[in-house]
Amino acid sequence: MTVEAGTHLPGEGDHAHDDANYIEGAKGVMSWLITLDHKRIGMMYLGAILLNFFVGGVFALLVRTELLTPGETIMGADAYNKVFTLHGAIMVFLFIIPSVPAAIGNFFLPIMLGAKDVAFPRLNLMSFYVYVVGAAFAIFSIVDNSVDTGWTFYTPYSQTTSTSVLAMTLAVFILGFSSILTGVNFVATVHKLRAPGLHWKRLPLFIWGIYATSVIQVLATPVLAITLFLLMMEKVLTIGIFDPRLGGDPVLFQHFFWFYSHPAVYIMILPGMAIVNEIIATFSRRPIFGYMFVAMSSVALALLGFLVWGHHMFVAGMSEYATMVFSALTFLVAIPSGVKVFNWVATLYDGSVSFQSPMLYGLAFIVLFTIGGLTGLFLGTLSVDVHLHDTYFVVAHFHYVMVGGTVIGFVGGLHYWWPKMTGKLYDEMLAKIAFVFVFVGFNMTFLTQFVLGSQGMPRRYYDYLDHFQPLHGFSSAGSYVLGVGFLIMGFMFIKSLMSGKKAPPNPWGSAGFEWMTASPPLMHNFHHTPIISRGPYDYHLATEEELFDGFPEEMPEFEHASRGTEEHATEGSASAETEMEEKAEADSRDEEE
Amino acid sequence: MSTATEHGEHEHESWLAHHFETPVQQFESAKLGMWLFLAQEVLFFSGLFVAYGVFRSNYPDAFEAGSAQLDRIIGGFNTCVLLVSSFTAAMAVHSAQMGDRKQTSVHLIITILCAFGFLIIKYFEYSAKFDHGLLPGEFFHPHHNPDGTLHEIQPWIDGATTVTAFPPKTHVFFGIYFVLTGLHGVHVAIGIGVLAWILYRNARGEFTKDYWTAVDIAALYWHLVDLVWIYLFPLLYLI
Repeated sequence: MTVEAGTHLPGEGDHAHDDANYIEGAKGVMSWLITLDHKRIGMMYLGAILLNFFVGGVFALLVRTELLTPGETIMGADAYNKVFTLHGAIMVFLFIIPSVPAAIGNFFLPIMLGAKDVAFPRLNLMSFYVYVVGAAFAIFSIVDNSVDTGWTFYTPYSQTTSTSVLAMTLAVFILGFSSILTGVNFVATVHKLRAPGLHWKRLPLFIWGIYATSVIQVLATPVLAITLFLLMMEKVLTIGIFDPRLGGDPVLFQHFFWFYSHPAVYIMILPGMAIVNEIIATFSRRPIFGYMFVAMSSVALALLGFLVWGHHMFVAGMSEYATMVFSALTFLVAIPSGVKVFNWVATLYDGSVSFQSPMLYGLAFIVLFTIGGLTGLFLGTLSVDVHLHDTYFVVAHFHYVMVGGTVIGFVGGLHYWWPKMTGKLYDEMLAKIAFVFVFVGFNMTFLTQFVLGSQGMPRRYYDYLDHFQPLHGFSSAGSYVLGVGFLIMGFMFIKSLMSGKKAPPNPWGSAGFEWMTASPPLMHNFHHTPIISRGPYDYHLATEEELFDGFPEEMPEFEHASRGTEEHATEGSASAETEMEEKAEADSRDEEE
Repeated sequence: MSTATEHGEHEHESWLAHHFETPVQQFESAKLGMWLFLAQEVLFFSGLFVAYGVFRSNYPDAFEAGSAQLDRIIGGFNTCVLLVSSFTAAMAVHSAQMGDRKQTSVHLIITILCAFGFLIIKYFEYSAKFDHGLLPGEFFHPHHNPDGTLHEIQPWIDGATTVTAFPPKTHVFFGIYFVLTGLHGVHVAIGIGVLAWILYRNARGEFTKDYWTAVDIAALYWHLVDLVWIYLFPLLYLI
C-alpha cells in the first residue's frame, strides 16, 4: 500500500497518471476499447445499456400505440407478436439484468471497497465484449426474421415457429455468460479486495445488494444457459427433452426456465434496492435503520429467490401439493421485502430529509415497489392466481417491480452518482420536471392495467373487446407521458455533459466512501489505499455545522493525502491516516459528551 | 492504459497485478474466482442431470435398452484415462509448487495426451453409434449398418425376459447421451487449450516456487471435467 518514493522514476509517466482523472488519464478510442479500468468498462456498459433501453422503450411505445384501439391500429398481428417479444427480450436481457450491476456496480463497487479495481480486470473487459457479441446476435435475430415467442421462449411453440428463435436464444445464452463473469468477478472482489478496516459490518448496503445479486448471477444463470442450450439442441438435433411429439415434456422447459428466471427477478430488483439504500441514507442524513437486517434481507431474498420458481406455473400442470408449497414459499419473500420497506421508512423518520432529484426517485421507489410487492401476494395466492394468471394484472405487477423498482432505482442512482461519474453537475430543475413526467406517466400506464387485468383482459393479446378501449387508451396516453419524461431526462443529461458545471467531490454531502475521491475519480481511485475507520453512514461523526449540510464537499484528510503524494508519498499517507483516525476518535468523544 | 506488469514492477514481482496489495491476496482471489466458476459449471451440468433423472423415471425401459448399447469396456477404459490425467494434473501443481519446471512440463504433457486419448476413444464410440443409427430424436434409425446389413443390437434384461426390440422413446436416451457426452467433450477440448497455454507459460519460465497460481487453477478446472465424467459414466453406461 505504501509506495516507496525511490521506486518512482521521474519521467516514467506513471506519476502524471496518478493525478489525472480516469477520463483524461489516457486518450484515444483505443484507450477506451482495451481499457482494464473498471470505471471505463462501467461507462462503456452504461452507454450500451442506455442504447438498449432506448430501443426497448421504442418497442414499448409501439406496443402501447397498437393497443390504442381494438383491431389493427398501426401494425398487423404477426408484427405485434414480434414487437412485444422484442420489447421483453431487449429490456430483460440487454437492459435490466446488466443495468445496475454491470454499469453502476462496475464503476462503484471497487471505489466503495477502497480498491483500485475489481479482482479480475481482464475478465471484466471480456464480460463486456461477451455482452457485445450477445447483443450482436440479438440484432442479427431481429434483422433476420425477428422472434414472436415472448421473451420466455416456451416450447412447443418456439420449436415450430418459423421466426429466428435460434439466433435469439444463442444471443441470450451468450449474454448469460457475460452476466456470470461479472458475478464471479464481483463476489471475489467483495471477499478479497476490501480496504483495511472495511469489515463486513461496515460494507455499504449498495455492496451488500450487489453481492447478493452476484451470487444469484453465478448460481442461476448457468441453468438458463443449459436450458437454452437444450432448446437449441431440441431444434437442431430433436433430442426429445422438451418436444412432446418426441416424448419430451414442455412443462420441464418451464421448470428449467423459471429456475433461472425467477432468481433473475432478484438479479433485477436487488441492485435497485441497493441504490435506494444509499440515496435514502444520504438525503435523510441518517444511518440506515437496522443496517444488519437490511443487509441480511438482501441475502435472504437471494436465497428465497431460488425456491419459488413454481409460482409462475400454477396453472401449467403441477401437482396441487407442489403448488401449495410454492405458494407458501412465495409468501416468505414478503418478509425480507417488508424488512427493507419498513427500515427505509424508519430511516426517513426523524431524518433531515431533503428532496433533491435522486431522493425523489428513492422515495418513488419505495412507493412503487410497495405496490408491486403487495400485488405479488395476490398472484402468489393459488385461488386468486387462477383468475389473474396471464392477465394485465400480471403485466402491471411486474412492471411495478421492474420499472417502478429497478428502472426507477437505476435512474435514481444515475442522478445520484452522475456528478461522480462524469464530474459534471446537472440542471436540478429539469431533473425534477422529468421526474414528475416519469412518475405520473408510469402510474397512468400501469395502475390502469391492474384494473384491466382484474376485469379479465388477457396479456399478449393483439385484439380486445370494445369496452376495454377507454382503459387501454388511458394506459397508452400514460406511456407517452412516461416517454416524454425519459426524453427530458436524456436532454438534461446530455446538456450536463455539454455544459454542466464542474462537480465538487461530494455534492450531496454524503458520508459514503465513494465521495471521498475526486469527481471524476482518479485513475486508481485513491492515491493510497484508504484505511476505513468509520461506517458509510456515520453522519453522527459530522460536526454540528456539517450535519445540516452533510459531510464537507472537500474531504480534508484526502486533500491532505493527495498533496502529500506530490512531495513525500509515504509521509503524506501516514499522516493522513493518523489524522483521520484522530478526527474520528475526537468526533466520537464529542458525541459522548 | 495501466497494465499489470507496468505497475507490478516496483514491487519487484512482475506477476503481482497492480490492484493487489499482496501475493496472498492475489492467490486467494484467483482461487475463489475459480471455485465460483466451478460452482456455475456444476449448475450448468445439473440441468442435464435433472433431465436425465426425469426421463429415466418417465421411460425406464428405454433407458435400460439404450444403456445396454453403450460399450462399458471402452467407457471404463476412458474413465481410467481421465483419472490418470487428473492425477498427473495434480502432480503438475505439486511440481510447480516445488519450483521444478521440467517435471511440471512432463506432467502437463501427459495430462494433455490423456485428454487427446479420451477424445479419440470418444470419436470411435460416436462413430459406432452413428453407424448403427443410434441417434437422437428423429434421426434414431437403429439396426441399419451403412452397407445395409442388420446391426446386432445388444440385448438387455427386462424383468426376467431378455428383449432385443427397442421400446418407444429410446431416442430420448440417445438425445441425452449425445448432449451430455458432447458437452463434456467440449469441456475436455477447452481443457486441452487451457493446459496447453499453461504448458507454454511454464516453458517460458513464468512459474516459480512463489507463483504457480495459474497451474493450480487450470488443474482445478481439469478436475471438474474429470468429476463430471465420474458421474456421467455410471449414469449412462452402468445403471
